[in-house]
Amino acid sequence: MKSAVRTFGPLVAIAVLAVLLLVVAPSVLSPFRLNNLGKYCCWAIAAVGIGLAWGRGGMLVMGQGVFFGIGGYAMAMHLKLEAAGPEGIPDFMLLYGDGTMPGWWEPFRSGAFTLFAIVALPAVAAAILGWAIFKRKVKGAYFAILTQAMAVVFATLLIATIQETGGFNGLNQFTFFFGYNLYDPVNKRMVYSITAGLLIACLVVVWQLYRSRFGELLVATRDAEERVRFLGHDPANVKLAAFVIAAVMASIGGAMFAPIAGIISPSDVDATASIFLIAGVALGGRALLLGPALGALAVGYGRSTLSEQFPDQWTYFLGALFIVVILMFPAGLISAAGRAAGLLRPRRRVRPTAARPAGATS
Amino acid sequence: MDSFTTPLLAGTATGALLLIAALGLALTFGQMGVINMAHGEFLMAGAYTAFLTQQVISNTDISILVAIPVAFVVAGLLGLLLEMTVISWMYRRPLDTLLVTVGVSLVLQQLAKDIFGAQGDPVESPGWLDGNVDVFGYNWPYRQMFTIVLALVSLCVLAALLKYSSFGRQIRATVQNRDLAETVGVRTRVVDRLTFFLGSGLAGVGGVAVSLISGTNPRLGTTYIISAFLVVVAGGLGQLKGTVIAAFAVGIATAFFADWTSASMAQVATFALVVVFLQLRPQGLFTVRSRGLA
Repeated sequence: MKSAVRTFGPLVAIAVLAVLLLVVAPSVLSPFRLNNLGKYCCWAIAAVGIGLAWGRGGMLVMGQGVFFGIGGYAMAMHLKLEAAGPEGIPDFMLLYGDGTMPGWWEPFRSGAFTLFAIVALPAVAAAILGWAIFKRKVKGAYFAILTQAMAVVFATLLIATIQETGGFNGLNQFTFFFGYNLYDPVNKRMVYSITAGLLIACLVVVWQLYRSRFGELLVATRDAEERVRFLGHDPANVKLAAFVIAAVMASIGGAMFAPIAGIISPSDVDATASIFLIAGVALGGRALLLGPALGALAVGYGRSTLSEQFPDQWTYFLGALFIVVILMFPAGLISAAGRAAGLLRPRRRVRPTAARPAGATS
Repeated sequence: MDSFTTPLLAGTATGALLLIAALGLALTFGQMGVINMAHGEFLMAGAYTAFLTQQVISNTDISILVAIPVAFVVAGLLGLLLEMTVISWMYRRPLDTLLVTVGVSLVLQQLAKDIFGAQGDPVESPGWLDGNVDVFGYNWPYRQMFTIVLALVSLCVLAALLKYSSFGRQIRATVQNRDLAETVGVRTRVVDRLTFFLGSGLAGVGGVAVSLISGTNPRLGTTYIISAFLVVVAGGLGQLKGTVIAAFAVGIATAFFADWTSASMAQVATFALVVVFLQLRPQGLFTVRSRGLA
């Protein structure tokens, strides 16, 4: 009985979240708020991936904005071409360029290719970079800095290529989402439901991963990489797999972000945006199953609310959040609440917790 | 000749800036394993110090010379404050210091924005730095030469300090083997604190040089910090010479790439270059050998 609770308890929690997001939220929230919630869900999808790579794998990925951006821009390119109609070219290219479309835009006219690219492009990019880094045993802070440099470079590149990617303004003004008019509230709600559904799906995927042999190996690699190596596994492969999955999740989040937010621009994918994605994960609890997603939803909500009321002070909150949470609650607020609750309960046999902060041993 | 000397000389000046910024990072990273993402904001603090000094001493010929030691102390004290309030609690979790200092850097940036405004302020360069010298057809500004001189002087002072002073010996001992240093009576935590002061102060000096080239700006730190980190990664830890070579290599390579393509493509190319370089030398150019597992 007890083991059943332990195995399927998380699944029940995911189901509760699914009911809240897919049934309760659409019926109580106004279309505007629901659309905002959809945005938070996009960040949460990326956060689930970060939880996998950082919380369980110990790889501090500070450039997830890049993969978020790959998915976002791939989707946005398709929506842009859909808005332009067959044979049409995106409006900004007439404005800033010479009115011709770069050849690499052409495949994104196809919806099927776009969906394929949203998964395949970040996977390939992450695989190449990860392979180069992990195989040479570059890790820890070096890895984190390289990923952040990647985010800076990516945003710079986007801003510089105004004729091809819309530059600083990014891509916006989408009218259709795979044939559905985005100005119709019903269709907006459908896009929200798809996003929330994808978030739930990602959570189920990591739930299965965490209880698989791979999940065990990933935690082992985080805590004692050399021992894993001595046992005959190649830690590089384990880390590479987690990094690639995290990249694909970030890309999916970005892909849904474009139609929901109605825009994707360099400021959604640069180093600061990547840091913002990590904030939710740190707040919720990096190594927990639901922590990253709940944290990202909370930070997203906080960002909307606070930047509505104090547009300038939001950065202070974000900065303070990092300082306080990482310094005092490295395992996340949920763990802190759990610990506090544990103090009230009568003492029992201490269960080994999986929620040890990464890096505690390194 | 022009297409060769221009990027070479301009790149050397950029490399010198990167060197001053990276020296402090390499020191603290090498010794304590601490990644200080707020280091760029210490650079910014140095630039604002130069700006403020100029408000007090209106004679620009002198104010810049006054600004250098003042910026060193200001940035150093900021670093010391950061070490004492935040980082000293986190020596067991080096990777987490990265995120905490990201938070600090966000706060400092916003603070600068609120105090000095989102727009940057110009810092007037002194009369004796106006002008340039003709080198194979490139008008090399004195300001760029000044940056290089400043970087080399900082480097020499730091190297001499590390090599000949007892404080320097204690730093080197702590870097090489913290436990053993502790055993022979080095108070490693005090050494850590002083190193932090020194490294942050160097960033302040770098900030003065930056302010002469691009003025002040709340986002000034973010422009340099990533390149400075790439320098540290490529240069390896524990020895200054790796940082020196890497700083000039990154600066010059970026300038050449920018000359051949564009400024943004140059960033991409430099990043790719560092990743490829790490394939050859994952530990960076030079590293202190230890018997621990890599």
